[in-house]
Amino acid sequence: MRALWLAEGGEFVPPGAGDFNLPPIFLGITKPMLLVVLSVVIIALFFVMASRRLSVVPSRFTFVAESVYDFGRNNIARELIGSKEFRPYVPLIVTMFSFVLVNNIFGLIPVIQFPTFSHIGFPLALSLLVVYPLWHYIGIRRHGFAGHIKNQLVPPGVPKPVLVLLVPVEAFVKFFMNPLTHAIRVFAAMFAGHLILIVFTLAGQYLLLEASGPLKPVSLVSWAFAIAMTFVEALIQVLQAYIFALLAANYISAALSTDH
Amino acid sequence: MVNTAIVLAAEEPSPIIPHVSEMILGLVAFLLLLWVLQKFAFPRFEALYKERTEKIEGGIKKAEEAQAKAEEALETYQAQLAEARAESARIRDDARLEAEQIKEELRAQAQDEAARIVAAGRSQLEAQRAQIVAELRADLGRHAVELASRVVGESLEDEARRRGTVDRFLDDLDSVSARN
Repeated sequence: MRALWLAEGGEFVPPGAGDFNLPPIFLGITKPMLLVVLSVVIIALFFVMASRRLSVVPSRFTFVAESVYDFGRNNIARELIGSKEFRPYVPLIVTMFSFVLVNNIFGLIPVIQFPTFSHIGFPLALSLLVVYPLWHYIGIRRHGFAGHIKNQLVPPGVPKPVLVLLVPVEAFVKFFMNPLTHAIRVFAAMFAGHLILIVFTLAGQYLLLEASGPLKPVSLVSWAFAIAMTFVEALIQVLQAYIFALLAANYISAALSTDH
Repeated sequence: MVNTAIVLAAEEPSPIIPHVSEMILGLVAFLLLLWVLQKFAFPRFEALYKERTEKIEGGIKKAEEAQAKAEEALETYQAQLAEARAESARIRDDARLEAEQIKEELRAQAQDEAARIVAAGRSQLEAQRAQIVAELRADLGRHAVELASRVVGESLEDEARRRGTVDRFLDDLDSVSARN
C-alpha cells in the first residue's frame, strides 16, 4: 500500500497511525488478531512441551523454559507479592509476562514484524479486563468491600484535612488511571517503537528511490538508524513485558496488603 | 495523491481508541493461554521445584545425619579410648599392688621360715646341750665315785647308787650354780 503511494508520487508521506491499521486478511480478521492467536499457540506449545521434559537436571531447552518461569515466579511474583502469598498468582504473572513478551517480540521477527500490543485493544484487555477486576476481587475478598476501598483510598498516617484533597486524587489514580496507564505504557512503547522503525526504513527507501543523486547514499544512514533502533526496540520490548507483569503483581500486592 | 491521503486520514481511527473485537480476542486468547498453562504446564514446574528442593534438603539432611553419625562414632571411640586407658591404668595399679602384696607375703613367709629355722636350731641345741649335760653328769658321777672308791679303797658304787649321793651332790651343785 505504502509502496504503491511512493511509486505514484515523488513526495514523501510520513507514516502515521494509519499504518497500524492493516487491512483485514480474510473475513475481517486482521494481522494482529492472527498474531495474538499465534502467540498463544507458541507459548502454550513451548511451556507444555518443556513441562513434559522437565527433570531435576535440566536440558538446554527445559532450562530456557525454567528460566522464564523462574523469572516470572521469583523475580516478579515473589518479589512483589511476598513469599507467603505469591503462589496462587504465579500462573497469571508468568502467563502475562510471556504473553506480552512474545507479542512484543513479534515486532522484530522477520515477516511478522508487527508488535501486537501496538494496538491498544490487547493491552487494555489485559489491564482493564483481567488485572483491574482481579485487583478489586482480591481486595474485597481479603478486606471486605469497605475495607478494600478504604485500604486503597486512605493512606495510613495522613492527617484528616489532607484526606479531603488526597482521597479524590487517590480515587482518580487507583480506579481510573491505573488500568489505563498500565495498558498505555506497553502500547505507547510498542506503537512509538514500531513507528520509528517504519519512519527510518521508509525514509531510507524514499531517499534511495526518489531523492536526487547526491542524497541517495543518505538512505544508508537512515537504514543504519533503523537497525540501531531495532536493537533498542529489542531491549524495550523485553523491558515492557517485564514492566507489565511487574505492575500486575504490584496491583495484586497492593490489594492484598493492609497498608500499602 | 493528496485526495487519497485525505481520505485515508479521515478513515484512520485514533490509535488510542481500542477495537472492541481486539479487546475481546485479547481477553479470550489470554484466558485460554492462562488456562492451558495452568492446567498442563505450570503444575509440573511447581512439582519440579518441590522435587528439587526436597532433593537438596534431603542431601543436606543426609549430610547432617552423616556428620552427626561421624561425631557420635568419634565420641564413642574417644570414650572407649579413655575407658581403655583407665582400664590399663587400673590394671597396672592392680598389678603393682598385687606385686607388693606378693612381695610382702614372701617376705613374711621368709621371715617365718627363718624364725622357724632359728627356733628349730635353738631347740636342737637345747636338746643336745641337755643330752650332753645329762651324759656329763652321769660321767662325772661315775668318775667321782670311781675316784672316791680308789681313795677309800672299796667300791662305793652300789652304796652311792643306793643312797643317791652323787645325784644329790650334783643337784646341790646345780642349785648353787642356779642361785648364783
